[in-house]
Amino acid sequence: MGGNLLANYGEAVAMILFGIGFSNLLLQKNLIKKIIGLNIMDTATYLFLAEKGYIAGRIAPIVVGNVTSVEAYINPVPSGLVLTGIVVSVSVTALMLSLTIRLYRKYHTLDMDEISTMLKKEDE
Amino acid sequence: MEFIRNFPFFSILLSLGSGVLTSIMSKKTARLWNTFILVAITVMSAALFVYMLDVGEPYTFMMGHFPAPWGNEIRAGVLEAGMALFFCLIMLFSLKGGQEHIDAEIEETKVNLYYIMINLLLSSLLALIYTNDLFTAYVFVEINTISACGLIMITQSGRTIEAATRYMIMASLGSGLLLLGLCILYDITGHLLMSNIKESILYVYAQGTYNIPLIASIGMVVVGLAIKSALYPFHTWIPDAYGYSTVSSAAILSSLVSKGYIFLLIKIFFRVVGFDIIVDSKIVNILFVFGLFGMIMGSVNAILEHDIRRMIAFSSVAQIGYIYMGLGLGTTMGIVASIFHILSHASTKSLLFIAGVGLTDASGGSKKFEDLTGSGFRNPAAGIAFTIGACSMVGIPLFSGFISKMQFAEAAVQNSLAKMLPTLICLAISTVLNAIYFMKTVIRLYTPVSKKVRKTQAGEAAVVSMREHPLYNLSLLCMVILNVILGCCSQPIVDWITSGLSMFG
Repeated sequence: MGGNLLANYGEAVAMILFGIGFSNLLLQKNLIKKIIGLNIMDTATYLFLAEKGYIAGRIAPIVVGNVTSVEAYINPVPSGLVLTGIVVSVSVTALMLSLTIRLYRKYHTLDMDEISTMLKKEDE
Repeated sequence: MEFIRNFPFFSILLSLGSGVLTSIMSKKTARLWNTFILVAITVMSAALFVYMLDVGEPYTFMMGHFPAPWGNEIRAGVLEAGMALFFCLIMLFSLKGGQEHIDAEIEETKVNLYYIMINLLLSSLLALIYTNDLFTAYVFVEINTISACGLIMITQSGRTIEAATRYMIMASLGSGLLLLGLCILYDITGHLLMSNIKESILYVYAQGTYNIPLIASIGMVVVGLAIKSALYPFHTWIPDAYGYSTVSSAAILSSLVSKGYIFLLIKIFFRVVGFDIIVDSKIVNILFVFGLFGMIMGSVNAILEHDIRRMIAFSSVAQIGYIYMGLGLGTTMGIVASIFHILSHASTKSLLFIAGVGLTDASGGSKKFEDLTGSGFRNPAAGIAFTIGACSMVGIPLFSGFISKMQFAEAAVQNSLAKMLPTLICLAISTVLNAIYFMKTVIRLYTPVSKKVRKTQAGEAAVVSMREHPLYNLSLLCMVILNVILGCCSQPIVDWITSGLSMFG
């Protein structure tokens, strides 16, 4: 168990980061901190993917010169997934930030709980 | 290859492409174009459905020029085609029913943006239904979330923006878990296509080498999708999002968006992991417990609510609970019951939202129960439609809700005692609770008021005759007919779902 953990420390770090990001996104009251949590969480997943795709001693999967053997390159699929994932997380972050700006302009606070109380007062 | 087999691909691409086109159109053209696209996709899905019923065998469709392990694939069977048809129909009716409100509540320059969101939503729903590739599914899950967020916040009031933010936070949590689960699954199996993953998982599971990561990753995927489809403790954004957004958005969100994720989950159960392993892993038991909680708590919250839209929203929480309870039973019959309930709830909930808005319009725009008194007389069409929807939700025979409750009960009876008793008890309690709040509402709608009291806080209550809003009434009629068809001709539909599920395996 311990030996496995040491050999796969990259994956272990990715999981810890995922946990940090997840709990920040869930528990923080401040919207900006929530968004930072979201980014940490997504990036942790990409770290995990990159770790999984990497094979020690091989190079990036771009054919240079005459090296065409499969043995020379790392697995390109996880890198492709990371790129797709980054595009998705960028757009989600942009959307969240724009929502935050809107809320801040209306209520002059970034605190989700305060906004909720204000909305309740608005109703009465 | 026959031409008709291109239809799933065409319908996804058509709605995706028309979303882009709509951005440069004027309000009126956007509406016309959107209707045209929706009708075209509905017709294509219907044709595909008839064709699939005739052929009786699923097929995979290669996207691009690379064959299976490298390229992307979509797959169509009876169940997928039928679901696509049903989703298109519900979307069409919800949009047409809420048309006047879309025009009135959304800023003039933003209406075409609304139709972009609708198109993106439709294409992502279709892609979730048809895709055979897990990572594609993840990407379209995100597109679905983003466009749903757009649908919520398009009216731009403080309430809807807050609801959209809450929705995005919950959805991001869900998609984070989903993505990590998919990555670990890819790591274990080395594939992204559903059928290849299933082969590898069967092999790995038999070897017993990676059982803990396998269960963990399946757990993450299931919990992620459950969070996204607002299973009970994750429902906090629902009442605001459904209660304050424009009515078409509420109807589409409650009846389609959350159902898309659930359909993907069922697909993952059958096509990715294999149903036996899912049942063996006991993950279904967790869904079962949360489903039962949702059934009761959603209804209790709905009873406590004083706002008709928020009441219907909380009722959605309860109905999502039903669906997860059916998945949690861990038998094919339970899944069939859940899929039937997806159809039944989608047709009923959109009917209730659209009918509800007619009633609030007839009460000076107020959603409070006190002001709604007697509104069933002021807008007869909406009153009748709401009553039918309420009857269906409670489970009166002739309507779809009755059949789905009966299916759940049948599935429960054939299960072990440990699951049978809680299911039946919760079904009974939940039905009574449903009856309490829906019948309370219907009685209020038909309580006569004297002319003096008619002045509500929000303004003069207007009497709406049957002839005034033809489009609105027509879509109500269509939804009622759909509901009655589901309720009266249930056997062919159940047979269709069962045969579709057997094609999944």
